[in-house]
Amino acid sequence: MVPVEYYLGLSIVLFVMGAVGVLIRRNAIIIFMSIELMLNAANLAFVAYAYEYQQISGQIFVFFVMAVAAAEVAVGLALIVAIFHTKQSIDVDEINLLKG
Amino acid sequence: MEYLINPLILVTFFPLVGVLIIAFLKQEQKNAARWVALITSLITFGLSLWMLAQFDSSDPQLQMVVNLPWIQVAGWNISFYLGIDGLSILLVLLTTFLAPLAILSTWTAVEDRVKDFMMFFLLLEVGMLGVFLAQDLFLFYIFWEFTLVPMYFLIGIWGGQRRMYAAIKFFLYTMAGSILMLLAILWLGINQGTFTLPDLMAKGGIPADLQLWLFLAFAAAFAIKVPMWPLHSWLPDAHVEAPTAGSVILAGILLKLGTYGFLRFNLGLFPQAAVQAAPWIAVLAVIGILYGAMVSYAQKDVKKLVAYSSVSHLGFVMLGLFALNSQGIQGGILQMVNHGISTGALFLIVGMIYERRHTRDIDAFGGLWKVMPVYAVLTLIVALSSMGLPGLNGFVGEFTILLGAWGAGAPGGALGSYWFAGLAALGVILAAVYILFMFQKMFLGPVTKDENRSLKDINWREIAILIPLIVLIFWIGLYPKPFFDLMAPAVDNLVAALQSAAVAGLP
Amino acid sequence: MFLLEEAVSQGPQFFWLAPWIVAIPVIGLLFNILFGARLPEKVVGWVASLASGLAFVVAVLLAVSLASNHEGQVVTLAEWIHIGDFTVRWAFQVDTLSVTMMLLVSGVGTLIHIYSIGYMHEDVRHNGDPKRFRRFFVYLNLFIAAMMILVSSDNYLMLFVGWEGVGLCSYLLIGFWYEKGKDGIGNSLAAKKAMIANRVGDFGVLLALFIMFWGFGSLDFHTVFEKAPEVAGAAPWVIGAITLAFLLGVTGKSAQIPLYVWLPDAMAGPTPVSALIHAATMVTAGVYLVTRSAALYDLAPDVQTIVALVGAVTALFAATIAVGQFDIKKVLAYSTVSQLGFMVAAVGMGAYTAGMFHLIAHAFFKGLLFLASGSVILGVERGHHHVEHDAHLKKTIKGHGHDFDPQDMRNMGGMRHTMKVTFWVYLIGSLALAGIFPFAGFWSKDEILLDAYLHNQTVFILLLLAAFLTAFYMTRQVLLVFFGKPRSAAAEHAKESPPVMTVPLIILAILSVFGGVLNLPVFHTFGHWLEHTLEGLEAQEFSLLVAATATLASLLAILLGWWLYSRRYNQQQELPVAKRPDDPLRQILGPVFTALNNKWWVDELYQLIIIRPYAWLSNFLAEQVDWRFWHDWFHEKVIANGYTGLSYFLADKFDMRVIDGAANGLATVTQQFAGGLRRLQTGYVRNYALSIFLGLVLIMAYLFFR
Repeated sequence: MVPVEYYLGLSIVLFVMGAVGVLIRRNAIIIFMSIELMLNAANLAFVAYAYEYQQISGQIFVFFVMAVAAAEVAVGLALIVAIFHTKQSIDVDEINLLKG
Repeated sequence: MEYLINPLILVTFFPLVGVLIIAFLKQEQKNAARWVALITSLITFGLSLWMLAQFDSSDPQLQMVVNLPWIQVAGWNISFYLGIDGLSILLVLLTTFLAPLAILSTWTAVEDRVKDFMMFFLLLEVGMLGVFLAQDLFLFYIFWEFTLVPMYFLIGIWGGQRRMYAAIKFFLYTMAGSILMLLAILWLGINQGTFTLPDLMAKGGIPADLQLWLFLAFAAAFAIKVPMWPLHSWLPDAHVEAPTAGSVILAGILLKLGTYGFLRFNLGLFPQAAVQAAPWIAVLAVIGILYGAMVSYAQKDVKKLVAYSSVSHLGFVMLGLFALNSQGIQGGILQMVNHGISTGALFLIVGMIYERRHTRDIDAFGGLWKVMPVYAVLTLIVALSSMGLPGLNGFVGEFTILLGAWGAGAPGGALGSYWFAGLAALGVILAAVYILFMFQKMFLGPVTKDENRSLKDINWREIAILIPLIVLIFWIGLYPKPFFDLMAPAVDNLVAALQSAAVAGLP
Repeated sequence: MFLLEEAVSQGPQFFWLAPWIVAIPVIGLLFNILFGARLPEKVVGWVASLASGLAFVVAVLLAVSLASNHEGQVVTLAEWIHIGDFTVRWAFQVDTLSVTMMLLVSGVGTLIHIYSIGYMHEDVRHNGDPKRFRRFFVYLNLFIAAMMILVSSDNYLMLFVGWEGVGLCSYLLIGFWYEKGKDGIGNSLAAKKAMIANRVGDFGVLLALFIMFWGFGSLDFHTVFEKAPEVAGAAPWVIGAITLAFLLGVTGKSAQIPLYVWLPDAMAGPTPVSALIHAATMVTAGVYLVTRSAALYDLAPDVQTIVALVGAVTALFAATIAVGQFDIKKVLAYSTVSQLGFMVAAVGMGAYTAGMFHLIAHAFFKGLLFLASGSVILGVERGHHHVEHDAHLKKTIKGHGHDFDPQDMRNMGGMRHTMKVTFWVYLIGSLALAGIFPFAGFWSKDEILLDAYLHNQTVFILLLLAAFLTAFYMTRQVLLVFFGKPRSAAAEHAKESPPVMTVPLIILAILSVFGGVLNLPVFHTFGHWLEHTLEGLEAQEFSLLVAATATLASLLAILLGWWLYSRRYNQQQELPVAKRPDDPLRQILGPVFTALNNKWWVDELYQLIIIRPYAWLSNFLAEQVDWRFWHDWFHEKVIANGYTGLSYFLADKFDMRVIDGAANGLATVTQQFAGGLRRLQTGYVRNYALSIFLGLVLIMAYLFFR
């Protein structure tokens, strides 16, 4: 029986990796992967607690998150493709159309 | 679901079908728009006859009632309530009867934006029918204000030279009066807990001093619409500028909204106040009769002459209603119909000559009988009906009104003085003066202007417009019994209520 | 359809025919309206005459039924108006009084219809619009129908329908040649004047009806008459007011002072119209009304006196004017007003038999005189036409202008040679009018004078003077028209009228001679006939004194007339034109004659005191009060401009400075603030992500340390 703290530790490690990835990488696809990493870190925490407290709701939330992540991937990849078409690049530092 | 085949719903909203169809036509399809509008209005008229067939004239109560809860929040009790009784059935029939004739009169007169014209016209018909049928104060108010919008556009787009001025004046003037009525309606609805007219009447119990204020608030809206002297200033402008069909509907129906409002709301809801106010209203009515007749005589524009004659005629109606006896009120209702027919016909007639000569100046004519004999004879019949020649419709109305007013003039009667009926009867002489003056100037004598020599007599379409009106002129004049029978029980009911109010009002 | 009341049957019963007396003329006029345009003139004329003739037949049948069943009957057709306790029916009262009027109207009417076939044939051509032939007969039939409604109704309201209906026909027929007359509008103005004067009278009738209904609870004859004594006891003013108000109607319809002014102008209508409507029938409606309301008038003696005086004064007043006229029809018109005065005076004194008798006799001889004058006018016109189209004659005659007036008696003279039949019938008519024994006028006028002599001396003297003048002006007219030498080429070449015109004249002449047998003294046939309808008629015994006085007065007048207009006038004709007076009386009376000739300036007086002030008042109300004050000043200046001014004040002064200032200030502050903030907006995703992350950390920290 692995205690729940181990899972949480793994989850924190994964989450920080994702967060740092989002903040420091320039490639949009990498950023995207980092976001997935953060989502899955959260999923891991949910499942761990669901098992710990024998509550089904935590597992249900995971399904929601996976569905949202799938939708996000679809939309996000489409956006990246569209940006690539116009800018010939997916470097996020070159994209500043919203500059005030 | 059963309300869908209710005659009142069908009659009121059937013109919307026409509006819908016309909406899908192109602006260039003028004839299609005309035909759709004509057929729609004819079917509406047919539906109203079907409604008449189901009407039980011996029943004084509301019939064919539609009563659906509508807005019921925060103690407000507003329902979608339609119903018909002897007070309104003739006016509903008059509306559906005049509408096709008015549409027919636009056949060649309106060439511009025909599609829009017809849509506005049919919308106007819906509004007017709604006013006559609504039995809920809130619903009534909505229809009442709704009639303003299409009429505003009819005057403002297809009118004469100063059409915008006339349209705005018409709109603002009538709107101003309605505001007070709205306040009174809200007061009644909130304090009495219901907006429906039959419930309000059954409840009664409005204190006498408060009745008078509410009466005045309603009267402000209606008196402007009638229009009663001295609130008539919008009328000549609106009539002179409106297109022929607009004038016909304005004179024929819209003015009746005012007198009908007095009849149904002021007399029905506030009987004690009505008894108190009767002599004052009658004073204004008599002034209106004489003033309108005198001012008509001095007009140089035929349309204005007819417009001012409306002030005089509606003075008769008001005098009859406020005689508060069955002769006066029944005569008043019949006179509303008569005025719709005669004055409507006069406006149609003026429109016909205007289409040919593009002027309405009385001095521009003369000797028209020689050039346009059929037109002249039909005009003569209508003119005689308007001045109340016995055997034609105007007489029956005027006579019964004056008879009622004389009876009310007896000591202890509603008016309390014979002067009202006596002076009003002078209006009969003055009517002959201005009508015969107009006829002599335009139709008799030699043809003096060259432009008039080659005028074409009226065509079959125009004859077809006037013939139904003339048939009614004779029918009502010679055998008005069916018309009186329709309204008698409802009026008797009203008179009984007024009489008990008069007794209750005695100190 | 007809609700026949149960009849006590004896002898022939034709009462159910009563509605046809109105229906037949209506059918006639509808036929002519619908088909007349395509039919020849003759057919149109005869159809109309036939309709009138059939109405006469119906009237005769009704009279036959009455002979055996004196009470008569009420035939109800339908309910007309019914409101509460107010009920009026379309119902026909058949009794001796109404049938007398029916016989008169349809009888004289038929003769005049036939005469018109000939007269209008020429008249429409002379006036240049042959299409109006049909219209004339439609109007005539309409008139017969309206008159029948008037005389046959069983209630006052239906009577009023006929009353105004005949007024309408009168209007239409006076204005028949609406583009002719003075300045082209003379005829139409005359028509308007007639209608409006009648309307003033109708105002009185209306008031009477109102008072009657609220006093008696009904407008039916029999109910009103039954209740009359009771009401007279309870509220005497009611009956006085009703009868006085009726008098106003009578002065309008029967052309009495002060409303008589329309009748002389009404002569603008074609001559058969003057004969039928403005002499024989319509204008007697007032007399009929008073006779019909005998039960009411008998209860109001004061009003009766007023009625009698109005009639008598009118009789004399109009007779004086008739003396000074040159237009052949104007003389007859004023004579009609005067004779109507006789009738009104008679019925005012309660002498209903005498009044009705004179009404009938007058219908005969005045109808005859008018028709004969029409024949004279056409004769002169034919002569005029003849001269116009004969180039040779035209050259030889000097001063023959186009503005020739065929009705001016000064252009006539000597026509007894050219128009023999017309002359003789005219003479008969004049003698009857002058009241010479044994013509119809003698008997009827004598009865009126007798009643006046017995009841009211003032009236008697007024009427006697009027009778004197009547004989005088008729002598003047006959002498001017038919005797002496022709004073114009047209008169010289006048031609007699065709038989279709002369035959009705001869029939009327016969009636004028023998009409007196209707009510000879001693027998009182007519009086007994009317007794079935009117209660309490008293028949006066013949008085030789009165008859002799009246005859003497007439003979004196004729003698005077002969001396003036035969001897003196013919002498004066020899004088050169400049010195020749147009009338011998002008020499003698001077300015008085001018006054007579100008009708005592009554028209001008009315113009001054009624018509002009009314026109001014209505103009003032319309232009100044309603338009400039109320419409332009009050609504435009006060309300509209006042509102505009207020809104400009609010817009410029208040809104721009205060509200706008506040709003603008707020906007400036916001803008500057935003300018600072926009620097944060780098557009780099990572900056945003970092700030989200920092924000998250801050929130977490807050949650953790709170």
